[in-house]
Amino acid sequence: MDWSHSLRLVAPEELLSVASLVLLLGAAWARCARDARAITWLAVATLAACAVMVAPTAFTAARGPEVLAFGGLFAADAFAAYAKLLIYAAAGASLLVAPAFFEKLRAYRPEYPVLVLLAVAGMGIMVSATNLLTLYIGLELNSLAAYVLAAFLKDDDRSAEAGLKYFVLGALASGILLFGMSLTYGFTGTTSFTGIAAALQGGVSTGALFGVTFVMAGLAFKISAVPFHMWTPDVYEGAPTPVTLFFASAPKVAALALTMRVTLDAFGSQVAAWQQIVIVAALASIVVGALGAIGQTNIKRLLAYSSINNVGFLLIGLAAATPAGAAGMLVYLAIYVAMTVGGFVAVLMLKDAAGNQVEQIADIAGLSSHRKVLSACLAMIMFSLAGIPPLFGFWGKFVVFQAAVDAGLLPLAVIGIAASVIGAFYYLKVVKVMYFDEPVMKVTGQSNWIHQALLAASALFISPAGYLLTKCLGGLAAAAVAALLHAA
Amino acid sequence: MIQVLAFYLFAALTIAAGAFTILSRNPVHSVLWLIVAFFNAAGLMVLCGAEFIAMLLVIVYVGAVAVLFLFVVMMLDIDFATLRAGFIRNMPLGLVLAVVLLAEVLIGLGALGAGGIKLGTPDGSAAPLAGASNIEAIGALLYSKYLFLFEAAGLVLLVAMVGAIVLTHRQRSGVRGQNVAKQNARRPDEATFNASPEVGKGVQL
Repeated sequence: MDWSHSLRLVAPEELLSVASLVLLLGAAWARCARDARAITWLAVATLAACAVMVAPTAFTAARGPEVLAFGGLFAADAFAAYAKLLIYAAAGASLLVAPAFFEKLRAYRPEYPVLVLLAVAGMGIMVSATNLLTLYIGLELNSLAAYVLAAFLKDDDRSAEAGLKYFVLGALASGILLFGMSLTYGFTGTTSFTGIAAALQGGVSTGALFGVTFVMAGLAFKISAVPFHMWTPDVYEGAPTPVTLFFASAPKVAALALTMRVTLDAFGSQVAAWQQIVIVAALASIVVGALGAIGQTNIKRLLAYSSINNVGFLLIGLAAATPAGAAGMLVYLAIYVAMTVGGFVAVLMLKDAAGNQVEQIADIAGLSSHRKVLSACLAMIMFSLAGIPPLFGFWGKFVVFQAAVDAGLLPLAVIGIAASVIGAFYYLKVVKVMYFDEPVMKVTGQSNWIHQALLAASALFISPAGYLLTKCLGGLAAAAVAALLHAA
Repeated sequence: MIQVLAFYLFAALTIAAGAFTILSRNPVHSVLWLIVAFFNAAGLMVLCGAEFIAMLLVIVYVGAVAVLFLFVVMMLDIDFATLRAGFIRNMPLGLVLAVVLLAEVLIGLGALGAGGIKLGTPDGSAAPLAGASNIEAIGALLYSKYLFLFEAAGLVLLVAMVGAIVLTHRQRSGVRGQNVAKQNARRPDEATFNASPEVGKGVQL
């Protein structure tokens, strides 16, 4: 094992860890809101530096044995790099919108960016994991930071409740995952993904099947796929909105990428063992996400159900178990991150005259009469989430459905499309409330330029102009999937 | 022979202590029984040749976790007056527990001295890693092959610590901290003044 080579491959994680330690030290001396803001900007700069470090890996489609670090514990391949770029972008967005939100509540502390950086380091380890041990450590690093972030507004009952709920259920899910991992280890004799794939080559025993099932259940909790989604609406509603933005984007990318690597790499030789689970979870997520959202009055809860729904569509790509399906998932993930970031930034921009956040759907009635640009952007995001054609959200759904049809899963695709029509109902309801209801003139507060810039960027990405990126995104996703499957 | 005897001794005591942990009415007794169970489980581990795990059991579980449990139990709403009243009554039980633990230590040392227990000798079924004792073997693995995970686990602990402080630390207002410089700068003529209150009226301070 060549240490210097390995250390070079984990450079982004090293930078994140060292930066978070240095910033933590800085946080000890931070006195005022300006210091906390400065630490936030330094954290964003760190994320940008990490993105620059991993971008070459994604664009050169790095793969093969030379990207394996520490004797096969960690893979810095194109697949991990693609997921890391999405994670860094989403985490950066959640850092940029945080100071304005928390300062209004006099609750901003410099530990927020530090915890986000540590969570990002954990997610980097997750998406690069090629060993069950690495997987678990990365997942716990991310989860522990996430529990604290959910409860960051400790004087707010809903935030504390979200933190506690997330912690208890997350610990349960970690236990289930760990149980599955130990069964898998017991029946295959190894924790490395390549070793597990080789051991399962000849067939999967009942014990190993239990292991696979429990691992899938644990991962389904982390990506909030039905039937392990119950925590999502409560946690998304209770957590501070910048944290919800973070939860809905970065950890979801990390957990989905991890699920892809576990299923397609470690359990890749036994597709039949997990395909049914993924199909059921996908369909249940789409249907529950669509039906559950209909009665919601809180826009954060609505977006939580929307994210459950979207995870269902993403899992359709995984259910196909083909390179095209996996590549479709990665393309969809990029679009999903842009839509989620845009959606939550728009929610953050809904403020009343005193600058307090407005979260009820009834309060944005007639928004278009006085906030034309904001309501146009929000409407665009809703149309895109519903997958209505001229917008980029349609493309993500299109590629995963096409992969499913090509893989012979026509019934799955048909049910998915039917359910997405149900889902369109509640997205359009928000648009209707904004454009056709009597104005209540509640949203009158102004937002700063960072929110406006982020909203503009994500709106531009999901606009029809986003189709200019299909070739680039598709190429990156295909290279990433090639790297993923090459390792198997 | 002595190993078989020791096994049955440890196993029976582990099970008995486990049963008493859940059967005893007094939560403090439960924790004490739990400690006995941990101790005997450690003895079983020594019999398996896993002396490192045995040591971890004693140090981590008995030393840290059980004490933590005791703290939690103390937080429960227990009437300590009735507990103290029963001290003499419970004294024999405590003595019995102490004697059991002492006897186990002595038996274990005796068995070791008589050559009945071989500590840390691999049975040869696994590939030899770094040497004779399994502490060395674990250390060699942990600090070479799994160094990355070891360090990452350190980060997890750091996050736990930062999180605990973030969630519990509060900036209190109205705390009267000592300001040494201000105390030293205080001069008698500023600190005292003469008042000449009129008869029948209070003093304005």
